[in-house]
Amino acid sequence: MAECVLLANAVNKRFGGLQALCDVQIRIEQGQIYGLIGPNGAGKTTFFNVLTGLARPDSGTFELCGTPYWPTDAHRVAIAGIARTFQNIRLFPDMTALENVMVGRHARTRANALDAVLRTRRARVEEAAIRTRARELIDDIGIGRYAYYLARTLPYGDQRRLEIARALATEPRLLALDEPAAGMNATEKTALLELLTRIRARGVTILLIEHDVKLVMGLCDCVTVLDYGKVIAVGSPAQVQRDPAVIEAYLGPAHRTVPSRQDSA
Amino acid sequence: MSEAAAAEPAKGPPPAGGPMPARVIGAMAAVGATLVVLPWVAGAFGDAWIRALCFVTLYVMLALGLNIVVGFAGLLDLGYIAFYAVGAYTYALLASPHLTEHFPALAAAFPSGLHVPIWVALPIGASLAAAFGILLGAPVLKLRGDYLAIVTLGFGEIIRIFLNNLNAPLNFTNGPSGITLIDPVRIGSFDLAHPAPVLGVRPSSLMLYYYLLVGLALLSILVCVRLQDSRLGRAWMAIREDEVAARAMGINVRNVKLLAFSLGATFGGVAGGIFAAFQGFVSPESFSLNESIIVLSMIVLGGLGHVPGVVLGAVMLAMLPEALRHTAVPLQLAVFGRVLIDAEVLRMLLYGTATVGIMLYRPRGLWPAPEHGLHPAPGRAAAATPEGAQTVSRHG
Amino acid sequence: MDTLLQQVINGLVLGSLYALIALGYTMVYGVLNLINFAHGDVLMIGALAALSAIGMLHGAWPGLPGWLLMVLGICAAIPVCVALSLVIERVAYRPLRNAPRLAPLITAIGVSILIQTMAMLIWGRNYLTFPQLLPGAPIHIGNATITVTKVVVIVLAALIMGSLLWLVQSTRLGRAMRATAENPRVASLMGVNPDSVIAMTFAIGAGLAAVAGVMIESTYQVAHFYMGFIPGLKAFTAAVLGGIGNIAGAMVGGVLLGLIEALGAGYIGQLTNGIFGSNYQDVFAFIVLCAVLILRPSGLLGERVADRA
Repeated sequence: MAECVLLANAVNKRFGGLQALCDVQIRIEQGQIYGLIGPNGAGKTTFFNVLTGLARPDSGTFELCGTPYWPTDAHRVAIAGIARTFQNIRLFPDMTALENVMVGRHARTRANALDAVLRTRRARVEEAAIRTRARELIDDIGIGRYAYYLARTLPYGDQRRLEIARALATEPRLLALDEPAAGMNATEKTALLELLTRIRARGVTILLIEHDVKLVMGLCDCVTVLDYGKVIAVGSPAQVQRDPAVIEAYLGPAHRTVPSRQDSA
Repeated sequence: MSEAAAAEPAKGPPPAGGPMPARVIGAMAAVGATLVVLPWVAGAFGDAWIRALCFVTLYVMLALGLNIVVGFAGLLDLGYIAFYAVGAYTYALLASPHLTEHFPALAAAFPSGLHVPIWVALPIGASLAAAFGILLGAPVLKLRGDYLAIVTLGFGEIIRIFLNNLNAPLNFTNGPSGITLIDPVRIGSFDLAHPAPVLGVRPSSLMLYYYLLVGLALLSILVCVRLQDSRLGRAWMAIREDEVAARAMGINVRNVKLLAFSLGATFGGVAGGIFAAFQGFVSPESFSLNESIIVLSMIVLGGLGHVPGVVLGAVMLAMLPEALRHTAVPLQLAVFGRVLIDAEVLRMLLYGTATVGIMLYRPRGLWPAPEHGLHPAPGRAAAATPEGAQTVSRHG
Repeated sequence: MDTLLQQVINGLVLGSLYALIALGYTMVYGVLNLINFAHGDVLMIGALAALSAIGMLHGAWPGLPGWLLMVLGICAAIPVCVALSLVIERVAYRPLRNAPRLAPLITAIGVSILIQTMAMLIWGRNYLTFPQLLPGAPIHIGNATITVTKVVVIVLAALIMGSLLWLVQSTRLGRAMRATAENPRVASLMGVNPDSVIAMTFAIGAGLAAVAGVMIESTYQVAHFYMGFIPGLKAFTAAVLGGIGNIAGAMVGGVLLGLIEALGAGYIGQLTNGIFGSNYQDVFAFIVLCAVLILRPSGLLGERVADRA
C-alpha cells in the first residue's frame, strides 16, 4: 500500500453564482504522476488555486502525507511541501534563470537580515549551498547554458523548464504543474514527458492539469476527471478514456458509444 | 528546436566572497582618497562648501534608506521623510533643554539637564523609526502601487502636522519654532562642535562632522550591498517582480515587506539623529513632503534599486543646488543685472526637471543595474519586453 | 458661537469645492487608471491666472462690477487650465501609457513640482490677496451666517455637477468617455478615438479645477503658488471616498468630506477637551484618506475591484 501524499476530501468552492468545485475528492499516492483533466471551465485550476492557498475553499479537508493541511497562507504551502507552476508561466522576468531557482530555495533556508548584513558564517555557507544547489537543478533540467540569462529572454519551452526547476528547488513532496505542456510542440512535449518521468524517478510525486490527452495517457498513473466542478471519473487513463460519462463531458451527449482513439479538446 | 549550440553560455558575475579584481580595489582606493581629501579642497572655497558636503552625505543615507523600500522592495513610499523626523526629534528631545524646561518632573529627575549621549540616543531614535516603519507599513501592505504611495504621503503629512502642533496643551515638540540647543556629537569628552586641540592644532568642527558622516554613509552603502546580495535581497526582488509567484515559493510577502519598511525607516532614523546633532536645531519645516519628493527624485535619477546609482543620484541632486546657489546668483547678476531665478526656485526646477526627464527618457536612471545576460536566445524566444522602469510584466 | 447649522454650511461650501476638484481626479482615473498628481497645481495656476486677469481688467476699466470681474476671471482661468492640462497629458502622460503604473505617478509628481516652480517664477512666492468682488455682507440664516460668495460657490458647483452628469449620461461624448473608461481597446474598435476622449476628459477636469480655483481664492481671499496641494490632496481623498472612477461618487465624496472636515474642526475642541484644536483640521482629511484606502478602497459608490498589482 503506497503512502498517501495528498488526500483532498469534499472540497467545495463557490464564486457567486457558480459552484466551481462540488465535493471534489482526490487521493494521490507517493510516486504517482496524477492527472487532473476535464473540459475547459471544469474547475481544474480552481482546485489548484485552492490547494495552493490562492483561493479559499468553502469547505473540505486536506491531508498532506498523513498530517492535516489547511492551505490558508499561500506562502506556507511551499514550506509544507507543495510547489506549483502556473498556467501562464510566472517567472521573475528580470532575474536570471539561476536567481529564479535560487529564490526557490527560500522555503528551505533561513538566513535573515542580520545574517545578511553581518555576513555571518552561517549566511555565507548557506548562500554557497543555495547557489550550488540551484546550479545543480538548472543543469539537471537541461537549461544550464541559460543560467545567467534573464528569465524573460529564454525560449518558451525552456521557460517552462525553468519554472519546474524553481519549483523543485523547494524540495516539494508534491509538485503541482498547471498545464505544463501548453503551447509546446510535439518534440517539446516528448522532452517534457521524459523530464517528468525522470523527476518521478527521483521520488517526487506529481499532480498535473493537462489538456493534451495523448500526454496524459502516456504519462499519468491515475487520472481524475472533473466536469462542472464535480468528479465524474477516477482511474487509470485507459479506464477513464472509455468511461461514457467522460466521453459525454468532452464530446457531448451524441457520442455516447465508445469511440475509437480521438483527441478531445 | 532551439539552436542550443548557438547560445553561448553567459558568463555569470564573479563568485561573491572571492578575491576582488585589482581594478575594483584600485577604484575603491581612488574614491577613498578623494573622500579624505575632499573637505580640504572644498574648505579652500569656504566653510559653506564643507557644510554642503555634510548635507550631501545625509542625503546619501536617506536615499539609500528609501532605496530599500522603493528600489529593492518596490513599494513607493512618499512619506519617507517622517522617519527622518522621528530620528531627529528623538535625539533632539533626549539631548536638549526642551523637555526639562517644559516638564518640571523631568527637570527634577535630571538636574543637570537631559544629555543622553549619541551612542544611546541614536539607537533609540533608530528603533523608534523602525517601529514607526512597521506601524506605517502594516496597514498598507496589501494596497497596490499608487494607493500605497498616497497613503504613505498622508501618513507623512499627519506626522508633520502633529510635529507642528504638539505644543499645546503639553509642549512636546515646541510646534513651528522647533527645538534648539541640541547637543552636538560627543565621543567621550571629545566634542565635535568644539573640538579640543590635537597636537596643538584645533581641527575644524565641520571637517570632523564630515568624516563622521562619510563613515556612516560608507557603512550604509556596505549594509545595502550586503542586503541586496542575500536571501532577503532576492526575496525583495522576487516580490517586486511577481508577488504571487514569490508567495508560491514560500516567501512570507507580508513580513518581508514590513522588513523593507522598517529597515528603510532605520536608515532614516539614524540620519535624522545625526542631522539633529549636526545642525543643533530641528523644526517641522525640514520634514515636509517636498523633502520626501526630493529623496525620491534622487533615487529615480540615479537608478532605482542600484546602490551605486542611488549614491550618484543623491550626490548629484544634493550637490548641484549648492553649486547653483553659489554660481547662478552671481552669474545672473553679472549677465542680467538682477536675479531672475533665485536659488531656491532653481533647486525645485532642478528636481522637477530631473524627475520628469528621467521618467520620460531614461526610466531606469542614469546608472542602472547592468542588465546581465540580455541576449535573446534563439528558438521561439519569449517576447522581449521594452525598456521600462523597474518591474516589467504584471500578470493579471 | 458656531452652531451645527454654521458648520453644516461651512461643510457644504468646502464640500462643493472638493467635489469640483475631485471630479477631475476621478474622471482621469476612470480613463487612464492614473492619479493625476498635478491636478491641484493646475487649479492653482487657474486661480493665479484669474487673479492676474482680474487685476488687469480692473486696472483698465475700474468701473466694472465685481460679479462681472469674477465671471471674466473664470473665463480667463479656464482656457489656461485646459491648455496646461492638455500639455501635461500630451508630454508627460501619453508617452508612459504602457509603462508600469508607478512611472506615470512619479512623473506626475515631477510635473507638479515644475508647475509650482513656474508659478513661483511668474507670481513670486508671496501670498497674494484676492479682492472682494462680491458683496461681503453676511446673510443671516437662523444662528448661522453665509456670504454671497459662499452661496455662489454652492450654487455654481451644483449647476456644474448637474451639467456634467447630464453630459456623461446623455450625450455621445459622455458615452464615449464611459466606454473608454471600461475598455479602451474595445471602445476604439467601436470608432471611439481614445486619445481624443482622454484629452476631453483632461480638459473638462481642468475646466472644473479652474472654477474651483477661482472660488477658493474668492472665499479665502488669498492665492499663492502652493495653494493647490492641500485642496488637491483632499479632493483626491473625496474622490476615493466616493469611489474613484465614479462621477457621482466624486460629488458625494466631496460633499461628505467637506462636512466631515467642518464638523470635525468645529467640534474637536469640545470632544477632546481642548487637547486637539481646529488647527488639526487638515488631519481629518488625511485620516479619512488612509482609512478609506485601507479599509474600503472601492469607496462608497464604487464596486469591489480585485486588487490588481
